[in-house]
Amino acid sequence: MEKTWNNKAWFMVLPVLLLVAFSAVIPLMTVVNYSVQDTFGNNEFFWAGTEWFSELLGSDRFYDALWRNLAFSLIILAIEVPLGIVIALSMPKTGWGVPLCLVTMALPLLIPWNVVGTIWQIFGRSDIGLLGRALTDLGIDYNYTRDPFAAWATVIVMDVWHWTSLVVLLCYAGLVSIPEAYYQAARIDGASRWAVFRYLQLPKMHRVLLIAVLLRFMDSFMIYTEPFVVTGGGPGNSTTFLSIDLVKMAIGQFDLGPAAAMSIVYFLIVLLLSWVFYTVMTNYGEGER
Amino acid sequence: MLELKNVSKRVGAETHIENVSLRLEKGSLNVLLGPTLSGKTSLMRLMAGLDAPTAGDILIDGESVVGVPVRRRNVAMVYQQFINYPSLTVYENIASPLRIAGVPAAEIERKVREAAELLRLTPYLARTPLNLSGGQQQRTALARAVVKGASLVLLDEPLANLDYKLREELRAELPKIFAATGAIFVYATTEPSEALLLGGHTAALSKGRVTQFGPTIEVFSRPVDLLTAMTFSDPPLNSLSVRKAGGNLVLGEGVHVPVPGAATGLADGDYTIGFRPHHLYLDRPGPAAVELRVPVAVTEISGSESFVHVDFAAERWVALAHGVRNLEVDERVPVYLDPDRFFVFDTAGRLVAAPPAM
Repeated sequence: MEKTWNNKAWFMVLPVLLLVAFSAVIPLMTVVNYSVQDTFGNNEFFWAGTEWFSELLGSDRFYDALWRNLAFSLIILAIEVPLGIVIALSMPKTGWGVPLCLVTMALPLLIPWNVVGTIWQIFGRSDIGLLGRALTDLGIDYNYTRDPFAAWATVIVMDVWHWTSLVVLLCYAGLVSIPEAYYQAARIDGASRWAVFRYLQLPKMHRVLLIAVLLRFMDSFMIYTEPFVVTGGGPGNSTTFLSIDLVKMAIGQFDLGPAAAMSIVYFLIVLLLSWVFYTVMTNYGEGER
Repeated sequence: MLELKNVSKRVGAETHIENVSLRLEKGSLNVLLGPTLSGKTSLMRLMAGLDAPTAGDILIDGESVVGVPVRRRNVAMVYQQFINYPSLTVYENIASPLRIAGVPAAEIERKVREAAELLRLTPYLARTPLNLSGGQQQRTALARAVVKGASLVLLDEPLANLDYKLREELRAELPKIFAATGAIFVYATTEPSEALLLGGHTAALSKGRVTQFGPTIEVFSRPVDLLTAMTFSDPPLNSLSVRKAGGNLVLGEGVHVPVPGAATGLADGDYTIGFRPHHLYLDRPGPAAVELRVPVAVTEISGSESFVHVDFAAERWVALAHGVRNLEVDERVPVYLDPDRFFVFDTAGRLVAAPPAM
């Protein structure tokens, strides 16, 4: 058969190209444009080269925010993943309890992020908030606007409250897909509760857990709204994560060039870490399908 | 010895097992034969101790085991689905029951190697189950049952999910694999031919009841009632309500056939006759055969055999014939009955006359 060559197929992918261009490529390129120039408004631009990048990578402020953000992500992963698994394991598999649990679990996920922040901001206030007042009355010195430790605790507890449900729902989906016969076989083998979890449930949850860890990592690494509403990045800079710092720089100080450079570095870090997580976890679980 | 005494199992309003009594001897091979939902799996769950009976007693060597938890019983079970630990290698899968039992490492090594050799899994010991074929996965599950050295081995349609060739191969090996262990061996199947190939004893199940329990050949050749005969025939036994009048059976549509030899002593009256599909002949088997002309309803051709469905009176019969029989639907064809191959049942369905063994 004769092969005919033409390039009409390119027209078919054009809509997708346009869509991706408008939603991702053009904004990203605008940021790249800002990152290599200096501007004082009025659409006047001066070439700055890699100046902003070297300034950023040489500044303690950036590294502080980065380490803070990494610490935050690791802490919430260390809490939310095991907690999510435990809750998913203890949820009923049949009966009226299932919809009840699922809806209860889904509730925090349905609340807009700034509302979550506001809820916890008020909840934690030591004068009128239920939590803050109760802790103060118990004799615990708790004030998230003064004490960095209290601020961190509040932000972490808030994130755990908000997002553990996601891990629970994903794990639960993995758990209910295990046929009853496997549990029966394990019972006949005389396997302990731990053995059932380690050799049956965990391998079967492996895929969804991978997704849960990735989602939670990316989300927590980009966290902005909730700590912004609760602590505003304070006290001092103690809860200033990368995104909060970025917004301060871009909107607060109107340093568009450095902020753009930071955006790009930030983006590359998220990309790199997600790739590392994914590669490590898929290789680790090789064969555990 | 495993003994079930008047065991019943009800779940809510449903009866899964109804008044079952069985005695399974040590070292015996027992087949539970019945269609889907006849209670095979429910019965196995009771034997394993996964469920407790709502009535009756289950005894092992004369002692009641009702209420003894599964982990304290010495039971192994293999399922229709290939169930292994997905994250463990074949070696570790086979070793798992031994590790749970706290067997010393050297003995685990020896037993696993032995079982792998027996089930021809030695080249695959380092793989995980999902990188194996279905047959190898089921061999792994069987190896786990073998190494456990259980006194009761339950196999719940273990070959149903395998393709034809593997099924034949494994079925021939199974009795040998477990014969050496001296365990009570229980095998559930829906296929009469599988029961016959395995031999041993057969319990025919229907709607949660054991209709007959005895040596497999005996259950096959002298089923106690119509239900058992139906269960133990694939395609099901052809049947017809008849009236015995003197030396003749009146089949309806004005057809009379001589009363078969085994039934000559029976009183006149209503009976049901049954005969197997390969005893409804398309070619005249002998001078004594009775010819009927019947319309063809369906013909299924499997290559070496043809199943020809025909209508007679209000019944649909199946004739099993060798070779390819390409018959037109509604074509009236001659079929032949040999009265000496008739099972005769009374109006309550009990067997009153069986054809001589052949």
